[in-house]
Amino acid sequence: MIELWNMLPLVIQILLKIIAIVLPLLGLVAYYTLAERKVIGYMQVRIGPNRVGWRGSLQPIADAVKLMMKEIVLPAKADKTLFLIAPLLSLTPALAAWAVFPFDAGLVLADIHAGLLYILALTSLGVYGIIIAGWASNSKYALLGAMRSAAQIVAYEIAMGFALVGVLVAAGSLNLGEIVAAQSGNVFTWFWLPLLPLFGVYVISGVAETNRAPFDVAEGESEIVAGFHVEYSGMAFAVFFLAEYANMILISALTAILFMGGWLSPLPQAWASGVFLLDDGFHWLLLKTFFFMFLFLWLRATFPRYRYDQIMRLGWKVFIPITIVWILVVAVGVVAKMPPWWSA
Amino acid sequence: MGFEKFLFYCFAAITVAAAAMVITRRNPVHAVLWMVVAFVSSAALWLLLEAEFLGIVLVLVYVGAVMVLFLFVVMMLDIDIATLRAGFIKYLPVGALVATVMLVEIVLIVGPGNFGLDVFPAPPAAGVEVNNTRDLGMMLYTVYVYPFELAAVILLVAIVAAIRLTLRHRTDTKFIDPARQVEVRKGPDRIRILKMPAVVEAETQE
Repeated sequence: MIELWNMLPLVIQILLKIIAIVLPLLGLVAYYTLAERKVIGYMQVRIGPNRVGWRGSLQPIADAVKLMMKEIVLPAKADKTLFLIAPLLSLTPALAAWAVFPFDAGLVLADIHAGLLYILALTSLGVYGIIIAGWASNSKYALLGAMRSAAQIVAYEIAMGFALVGVLVAAGSLNLGEIVAAQSGNVFTWFWLPLLPLFGVYVISGVAETNRAPFDVAEGESEIVAGFHVEYSGMAFAVFFLAEYANMILISALTAILFMGGWLSPLPQAWASGVFLLDDGFHWLLLKTFFFMFLFLWLRATFPRYRYDQIMRLGWKVFIPITIVWILVVAVGVVAKMPPWWSA
Repeated sequence: MGFEKFLFYCFAAITVAAAAMVITRRNPVHAVLWMVVAFVSSAALWLLLEAEFLGIVLVLVYVGAVMVLFLFVVMMLDIDIATLRAGFIKYLPVGALVATVMLVEIVLIVGPGNFGLDVFPAPPAAGVEVNNTRDLGMMLYTVYVYPFELAAVILLVAIVAAIRLTLRHRTDTKFIDPARQVEVRKGPDRIRILKMPAVVEAETQE
């Protein structure tokens, strides 16, 4: 098997690896939409979708077929090229960011030194899809939605970037695999504890970055109908939808990697080493990612939408100062070799 | 021709073509988007030079932040193309002169006299283990720490100046002060609890 794999040209090997990452990801996106409707349903004492398949388990497929059958309407005064490029521009960065994401020790498509920087750069490109969609639609609602969304993403990107600076100061590396390795020990040596304020800022900024409730003023159904994608229908709309959920999964997985020790087991090495399912492994990463994905849904079912000025105030006047102060604290801790995180 | 050279010519061609589109597009939004393309392909060129930190930071800072703000402003402008093009012939000689001077300067500095292969031999390819970011940081914060801090201070001055120039305190706007909102107490400020006797509904007369 391994010999057969090594015989393949490098390009084919990489292509197969990309498929092995993207296909499960798209499957996860599909079932994340079902999970969202089910979870929020139960939180609101409803049943949620339960007609297609066993307890609604085929609902995502029915949705996908419905969206594919629908006509893609091109508004008469729209900028046609940009209108069609915009959904792709929002989906591509969300998928390409997974290239440097490690799924287990050494299990990564591109093990580059500046992995964290690469992810930061790609997630900052996602905003183009939204802005271009809003402008190309030639509709006031879409333009207003795009404006709100862009301002919000730019504001929270700074806080998020600073939170990541804290992580890289603590880990001393930009490589995601090394960041996880720097957290090894037990649940208390993971970075969520020494970087607790940054952890909070990162998770909340992640919700704001993906334009999810309670930060979903960009969609604001009651004010601007649906924001930047109001003119989109059929598959073009579905691609935006895919991008939003792929981004949520990416943020959840990144939180698990950067602050919750990735694939590391929460138990100390002495207890867990070699024990089936307790030892470090991909299943821990999956479990942690699923927790943060659940958190996204939980937040949506719990909180009312933020007012726009409150969003801006939270981003600029609360989060950015917190992160700057805590970067200083972390730097002092690293220089002073504070145990148990930086004693080595 | 090696694969690397092929990639270089691809990205160089894209950069030049995109830059040409920036100055020829009539719609300013399209021009900004072509500029984004030019930035991304120059980032790819830097990656070919094994400057991964600079390449990624170019995308992060220029494409991810600066051009987003550009786009933000340009999208909201209502630009009349006719008035923009009115002075084209009048300004053409001045523009051509400036362009020629700049071109000559660039050729003089970056030309083969200074950066030719005989003056500046191609550096040996760095191994996979060379960490570009770490090396750059080491240089920046030790050898070049004073120029670096100076640049930072100059940028800070620019930020403060820009904010000070545009900041106007208007007194007639209504706004909500969250600090005062939080201060409100349940007792005297927000709600009053009144004692009211129970009211018995009067019997309706038929």
